[in-house]
Amino acid sequence: MKQILINGKPQEIEEDASLLVVLLNNGLNAQRLSVSGANRWGICAMGICFECRVTVDGKVVRACQTSCRNGMEVWLDAR
Amino acid sequence: MDVLVIGAGIVGAACAQELAAAGLSVGILEKSEPAFGATAAGMGHILVLDDSEAQIRLTAYSRYLWHSLAPSDRTEFRTTGTLWVASNEQEMRAIEVRRDFYRTYGVDAEVVGRDQLYELEPALVPGLAGGMRIPSDAVLYPPTATTELLDRAFHSGAKYFRSEIKGVGPHAVELMNGETMEATHVVLATGADATKLLPSLRIRRRKGHLAITDRLPRPLIRHQLIETSYLQSAHGSDQASVAFNLQPRSTGQLLIGSSRQFESGREVELPIVERMLEQAVAYVPALRDCLVTRIWTGFRAATPDGLPLIGPYPNVPGLILATGHEGLGITTSLATAKLVRQHITGAKAEIDPAPYLPDRLFPAT
Repeated sequence: MKQILINGKPQEIEEDASLLVVLLNNGLNAQRLSVSGANRWGICAMGICFECRVTVDGKVVRACQTSCRNGMEVWLDAR
Repeated sequence: MDVLVIGAGIVGAACAQELAAAGLSVGILEKSEPAFGATAAGMGHILVLDDSEAQIRLTAYSRYLWHSLAPSDRTEFRTTGTLWVASNEQEMRAIEVRRDFYRTYGVDAEVVGRDQLYELEPALVPGLAGGMRIPSDAVLYPPTATTELLDRAFHSGAKYFRSEIKGVGPHAVELMNGETMEATHVVLATGADATKLLPSLRIRRRKGHLAITDRLPRPLIRHQLIETSYLQSAHGSDQASVAFNLQPRSTGQLLIGSSRQFESGREVELPIVERMLEQAVAYVPALRDCLVTRIWTGFRAATPDGLPLIGPYPNVPGLILATGHEGLGITTSLATAKLVRQHITGAKAEIDPAPYLPDRLFPAT
């Protein structure tokens, strides 16, 4: 069974699934916080808007441009 | 009206607040939004540059005026200091000469050796020779700084008109809708667009690219960092050039510059961006792991001698130019406003206006 950690919580995944889709399927509709602390979420799903930024294994990436890999650790700062 | 200021970029806003504070009736004409042109596109550094005697006088005076103005929090004004980075012994020797030049003009400057360089900025690539620290240099966010200057102007009674200009004549401007507005003085502060109204002005549009990163979880650098050969890049070569310039913003983001090229459109050019980012990573390797979220371009108003045009336009009575600030308009906006005020009211600025007079670039008639 393949899984990733989302905010420390294990989640089963299909390998190579779009990380943004996995987050949305888990109800994590907002992915990050703006400078003023408001929730922000991916708009374009094609790498242009940069609104779905999350931290994966210590590096900030766009969730929509990231494929899930077994054991990946994902952190979101949205509430 | 006493004065009409054309253009609500940072230079126009600075002129408007200075003249309104002097008790003059001031109108500001802007074709789109405040800070819409080079002001919004630029890096927002408040720094003293030593390319010439006239330049160091103007930038040192203007930096002093910024510190005296005490910009509010919304302008994101931070006295980060500038660290000029020397990559070899030859650049170190050049930097010692520059340090002496800065001090001649009363500007605090200190040479830092190799060890101190890495104490100040551990993220710099190993193997550099040292640098020069200019502690009182600062950074700010130009759009909100412009808003702040405009608010001060409005507080002193200045009026804002959203309108495009068709032409300027003696003591008057003609609007696109055919109306004419009269004023004793007209200040033209439209950056590189000044040539649209005055085609004979020797101003060229000098394109620049900038990139900005996501907010970093912890600060990577503390000073604004600039490579020592930046001034060579800033000189008047027609070739596209890039120079390392990295700024820590108060949001935790890093602003990455810089590029210079003539005769190019507004579009982002990836080969230039690639050179610019490679240069930045060469100086700060950890940048490779930072996410760039936005890249954009803007146009500096470049003059042949690298100095702005501040003062009466020879051929139109009542017209005063305040343009041609190249890459230093954010820094020099406040000193420009003092010089414009001197031309209008006679109130002496603290520096000699002569080196910036537009007639230096017009053939004698």
